[in-house]
Amino acid sequence: MGRTPDRRIREVESQAVTTRTAQHTAPGAVRARRSLYLQYLVEPFIYLSPAIVLIGAVMLIPLIIGISYSFQAIDLLRPFNTGWIGFENYLALWSDRKFWIALQNTFTWTFWSITFQFLLGLGLALLLNTQFHGKKLFQALVFLPWAVPTFLSALTWAWLFNPVIGPLPHWLAALGVLSEPYNILGDPALAMWGPIVANIWFGVPFFAITLLAALQSIPSELYEAAEIDGATSWQCFTKITLPFLAPMIAITVMLRTIWIANFADLIFVMTGGGPANSTHIVSSYIFTTAFRKLDFGYASAVAVALLLLLLFYAVVLLWLRKKLVRV
Amino acid sequence: MSQIRTHPLATIGKYTALALYLAFALLPLYWLLKIAVTPDRLIFTDGVELWPSELTTDNFRSVLFKTDFLAYFGNSLFVSLGTAAATTLIAAGAGYAFSRFNFAGKRIIIAVMLVTQMFPLLMIIAPIYRIVANFGMLNSLTSLIVVYTAFNIPFATFLMQSFFDGIPKDLEEAAMMDGCTRFQALRKVIFPLTLPGLGATLGFVFTAAWSELLFALMLISKNDAMTFPVGLLTFVSKFSVDWGQMMAAGVLALIPSCLFFIFIQRYLVQGLTSGAVKG
Repeated sequence: MGRTPDRRIREVESQAVTTRTAQHTAPGAVRARRSLYLQYLVEPFIYLSPAIVLIGAVMLIPLIIGISYSFQAIDLLRPFNTGWIGFENYLALWSDRKFWIALQNTFTWTFWSITFQFLLGLGLALLLNTQFHGKKLFQALVFLPWAVPTFLSALTWAWLFNPVIGPLPHWLAALGVLSEPYNILGDPALAMWGPIVANIWFGVPFFAITLLAALQSIPSELYEAAEIDGATSWQCFTKITLPFLAPMIAITVMLRTIWIANFADLIFVMTGGGPANSTHIVSSYIFTTAFRKLDFGYASAVAVALLLLLLFYAVVLLWLRKKLVRV
Repeated sequence: MSQIRTHPLATIGKYTALALYLAFALLPLYWLLKIAVTPDRLIFTDGVELWPSELTTDNFRSVLFKTDFLAYFGNSLFVSLGTAAATTLIAAGAGYAFSRFNFAGKRIIIAVMLVTQMFPLLMIIAPIYRIVANFGMLNSLTSLIVVYTAFNIPFATFLMQSFFDGIPKDLEEAAMMDGCTRFQALRKVIFPLTLPGLGATLGFVFTAAWSELLFALMLISKNDAMTFPVGLLTFVSKFSVDWGQMMAAGVLALIPSCLFFIFIQRYLVQGLTSGAVKG
């Protein structure tokens, strides 16, 4: 798709070069060509250059430096013990039990967060696609969690789970889920569910917004035709709605999975990875290693490992998609 | 959409679902507000009550006048507004280039921008810390603005591009035919038409910068340069007892992002719908 314009530009470019060197017949034509050349090659970069410079300087160069850190010993608490150490950080990673726990937690965290966010988001989008009184206000209110700053949603949920000032432990105890109102976030077996619930709360609006947009682009004639042919609403849902939403669902879920796997704020604020490292996911482990231990070399090695895993995930997914589309 | 027939049971189910969604969305925010207006001595006794037996504004008053939160608030406002302005300006340029030009390397640049949205940002937290430290810019709000601007440019660029794509090319071509340069056409014809888009981008970036925590935590350690999230978090770990004040601070932190949200909310579905129709 994008290949043709590139070739066209190259043609323009080579034409411009040849006109300049070989032909001196019509000066006006040369200038026209030259301005065309200018327009295609220089002008877009005038608009783009600030963005490119900033992204390069703040994201790409640090990315490369970060990869190089993973092969060095850089511990700000031991400043004289620095230098290239090859794969030592990675060897340490291989035998680091905390890392493997964090990896396992990353799967739990991502899987349950994305599943509930998606299902609840789909439900909300379907509801918002119907008519009811006060819909505008309702929409603004249910989308509100998305606007709440993450550090604040994390704190708020931590407070809700707190048995002293929060209602949740008491309600759960009253329902018989908990034997007594204690702090779930302090229980290694259950603590992960605190951040997951907060993440679901925070992420449902995002899915609802994207899916609602997709729902609204389904032509309503389809439903009318199905209605005439006597289709039930369940049939309408599975035969029209879902197939139409499928591409949107696939791409959103994929992007969101990567995003959630990287998303450490909620966990860092709510539990700090504790109790007993039971809630660390890989990205929160990276942050605490860099921020609390100031061990930049090791933190970078963990980060590279996470990057490779996500890359692997993306490649598998793209490969699957290609296969499915062909069939 | 026309409603053909509604079963009464279906209607009840629908409204129950709506109520449940609403309760789930609002419960945390409601609780935040509730504790913030509860007097300190009632926090424990009224812990599980839905509404405290007495109301107070003490918590807000002491947060505003006895703590550093007003300073944190100002720092955050400065950083977020600076980031939003810089990002929107730069992203508008880049989005315009993507929307109106075909040029060598366009695909590569777009791909690189997409990649920056995928890799773990925490990966660059250590290098950024050292680079910023080398420039002697730790604890400076400017360094935060630069870093946040770079982080937000890719997404803002795609957003601006979709807004520019929605404006017919003929408009500026007509202006250029009449003797405007491209930049003049951009300024006089296109710019006024993209104002809603610019506003939405400003809002998005502002909220993103307002809530960023981890990089601010890393780069800022001096009290007088702290942004709101950093300040609130250190507050939590320092004095973990004064719930009322913390909740009041939380309510205050919520105000700017909610204001922006109300403003951009109507563009959300709209913008995405047009995108979905096109793509």
